[in-house]
Amino acid sequence: MTDMTLVRTSREEIEVYRFGPIVSVVVPLVALVIQAFVPARLHSFAFFDLPFLVTVFFGVTRRSQLSGMMTGAIIGLVQDALTHQAIGLYGVAKTVVGYGASSLGVKIDVENPGTRLLVTSGFYLVHQAVYFLVARNILGVALGWLWARTLLAALLNGLAAIVVFLVLDRFKRAT
Amino acid sequence: MENFFSRYRNASLLVLLLAAQVVGLGVQVKRKTEAGGTRLIRVWVGSGITPIEKSLVHTGHGFRDVWRNYFYLRGVRRENRDLKAEVERLRIEQVRLREDAAQAHRLQALLAFKEQFISQTVAAQVIGTSGSDQQHVVFIDKGSDAGVKPDMAVITPDGIVGKVLLVSHSWAQVLLINDSSSGVGAILESSRLQGILQGTAAGETMLKYVMSDEKVSTGERVLTSGGDRIFPKGLPIGAVQQTNPGSDLFLNIRVKPAADLSRLEEVLVITKITETNPKNLEASGPVRAADILAERLPSVPPKPPAGVAAAAAQSTAKPPSPAVPDAGATAAVATTSGTPPKTTQSQVSAVAPVTKPAGNTATSSTPAASTTAMKPAATKPVANKPPASGVNKQVNSAGQPAGPAAAPPGEDVSR
Repeated sequence: MTDMTLVRTSREEIEVYRFGPIVSVVVPLVALVIQAFVPARLHSFAFFDLPFLVTVFFGVTRRSQLSGMMTGAIIGLVQDALTHQAIGLYGVAKTVVGYGASSLGVKIDVENPGTRLLVTSGFYLVHQAVYFLVARNILGVALGWLWARTLLAALLNGLAAIVVFLVLDRFKRAT
Repeated sequence: MENFFSRYRNASLLVLLLAAQVVGLGVQVKRKTEAGGTRLIRVWVGSGITPIEKSLVHTGHGFRDVWRNYFYLRGVRRENRDLKAEVERLRIEQVRLREDAAQAHRLQALLAFKEQFISQTVAAQVIGTSGSDQQHVVFIDKGSDAGVKPDMAVITPDGIVGKVLLVSHSWAQVLLINDSSSGVGAILESSRLQGILQGTAAGETMLKYVMSDEKVSTGERVLTSGGDRIFPKGLPIGAVQQTNPGSDLFLNIRVKPAADLSRLEEVLVITKITETNPKNLEASGPVRAADILAERLPSVPPKPPAGVAAAAAQSTAKPPSPAVPDAGATAAVATTSGTPPKTTQSQVSAVAPVTKPAGNTATSSTPAASTTAMKPAATKPVANKPPASGVNKQVNSAGQPAGPAAAPPGEDVSR
């Protein structure tokens, strides 16, 4: 899961980080528990998607496509198991996000809060689009694409990413 | 070829991973078993997450209880005063409802309706959700160990919440009524129009399949119709919030749920529904509205036999006459009206023969007797009539309540 190489771009070196095995397990688990627990008390918290934020964070910091998509797939499948719909909806969406985030992390530096906001908001839209397409076309679920709601959620998750990534930065170790 | 895969190794793995998941989704759709094929995974994940959630809930409740019970006592006196006032108000309301309940009970008996009683419930705490705003499910801390099974109804005192989907031994997953895959048989309280309550992707609840030429007013209450065979009939669902003509032949009726689905803490799972013919008031002796309500409440110890109850009631009112089997009616009047038994008994004794239809058995006449006794307007003209038989004379002179059995069978003494 850890990538020990330094990736060189044309302009600068982008540092690759790794995480301890405990952090790799506990952080997604905590994100899943919070995501399942808090909306029962604070309904509007369901706008946020902490497992998604963790997927993006691990993707852009590890900068390994393989670990990014595997992390996304596992987190997504576990999240699916908490719902009542077929298992694989979030799995597919987060696999794509994990792969995309790690691919993007190789190319650009995502340490800047502004970049994090944009990247996370963009990936949220990708996540929702994949979820929507799979749900409609494979499962035949009558979902409606709500632009205003989705854009608002994308912005909120982008803002949340700034805070969450700052907290998670403490756990990363430079290679 | 080998060069191609080594060059595009990660992309190939992505395609494989996605393909595996899509195939898995396809298999689940094909099998059409909502949780059958994936039940094990769901139970594993749920069993991993719910203990953490349970401990968080219980810790939170511990802190909250300590704070509320020992520190934050501001306004307790005022709240106590308000509650006392509400108790008084409810007492007055109860008196009014008693008569309605008795009347409904009699009508049900006459029409031989089957009554559905919620005879057993399990209280549970909501410990978590799916975490998604598109999937409206919650997890509760009671499972098969507490008698919870799939498709059981979940309610709160305010209204219905949803139905049980997946059950483990210590937790269960509940599908809320505002989920897009939920459906509840519903009926509008005053217009008696029936429809199906369905959730939407946005988490709203809509009453569907009510024809567009029907008149539905905003604020009208929506109840369960019992047609789904999950929720007992007559439970509150919510109130009509907005009505719009739909694109098809049906109205778009938005319903505001009576239970606050976004802030659920404690819920009741209906684990047993009993369907019985309504008890006959005469056969079971005096039945008070409070008794009827008590029957519907969970975990109430079984009532003593009807005969014992009747005897107890009679002993509190007056010694019963052996010739008057429905002395229970007297007790019922005495307990419900709150007036001294003697006054009421005299009304009953004067009215009872009149209220008994010819050829009626004692079973069907007692409710009428008790009702008439509670309506002084109906008793007056009859009370002025001379007694039609010696039995009546005897009863009146003794001051005992006269039941229908006092009249000879097959004879209508009111004529």
